[in-house]
Amino acid sequence: MAKPRIKVPKMAKVGEIVEIKSMISHKMESGRRKDKKTGKVIPRKIINALKVTFNGKLVFSASLHPSVSANPYFAFDFKVPGSGDMVFEWTEDGGKVITAKKSLKAA
Amino acid sequence: MYLRQTCQQGAGMFYAGTANPIRISRETEEQMTDKLHLKVVDRRSFVLGASAVAALGALAPLGSTPASAKAWQDFMKEAIGDAKPAEGKVKVDLPEIAENGNTVPYKIHVDSPMSESDYVKSVHVYATGNPGPQIIDAQFTPLSGKAYVKSRMRLAKTQDVVVVAQMSDGKAYMGKATVKVTIGGCGG
Repeated sequence: MAKPRIKVPKMAKVGEIVEIKSMISHKMESGRRKDKKTGKVIPRKIINALKVTFNGKLVFSASLHPSVSANPYFAFDFKVPGSGDMVFEWTEDGGKVITAKKSLKAA
Repeated sequence: MYLRQTCQQGAGMFYAGTANPIRISRETEEQMTDKLHLKVVDRRSFVLGASAVAALGALAPLGSTPASAKAWQDFMKEAIGDAKPAEGKVKVDLPEIAENGNTVPYKIHVDSPMSESDYVKSVHVYATGNPGPQIIDAQFTPLSGKAYVKSRMRLAKTQDVVVVAQMSDGKAYMGKATVKVTIGGCGG
């Protein structure tokens, strides 16, 4: 559960706009489903936030609601300012944070 | 069965009531009752059809019920404050027909130079027909290069998806797309 996968190009030119793709495996339990055997509502457990920074500066962030599909996938653009590290942070309900990091070299 | 019986009774009464009863063969009588029977069924199915149409009509303006109107107002207030969104600049890319409401892919693109002084600050996605209509609230920065996001959403039924974007100067824009959903995706 909760295994992140991110795709950041290893090399890029300064000023180039590249597409960043990310996905994390997660059920995104909406809190509306019922257990078929007991009839009880399965409590909500989703990833409620994604934050992406590059060298500590915010690139893209989003708060997620239960209407986001399971295994939340996000792709967005990024204008390369130089070399550095891109850090992804997913926050789960309950406060658990999952992070992933990828380095990018700018030419 | 019940209808057929009443038809036959009716027909019988009719013939019995005539002053000069005419003897009619069994065949003709059956033909006539068949005719009557058909007529009655026709009217019945017409009435049923009409009531079905009326029921649909009652469901259609769901987006304007007081509860959902309130939810929409709250959402707008939270998303863009008091700004009034104008149409345009926001491009919502959604499939026309989604076979599976569990994962409906979408792309959002907002027209903006994305410079330090003029960029898209936030994008909010709202599914008007979902039990929980909010989907994502995304923030962009000039580092984004383009105000573009691609993701997947859950949709409970056929509905409109509305996207509201706010620029760094506070101006707001909105765009909309309609999706036909074959199988809803919010669990039961």
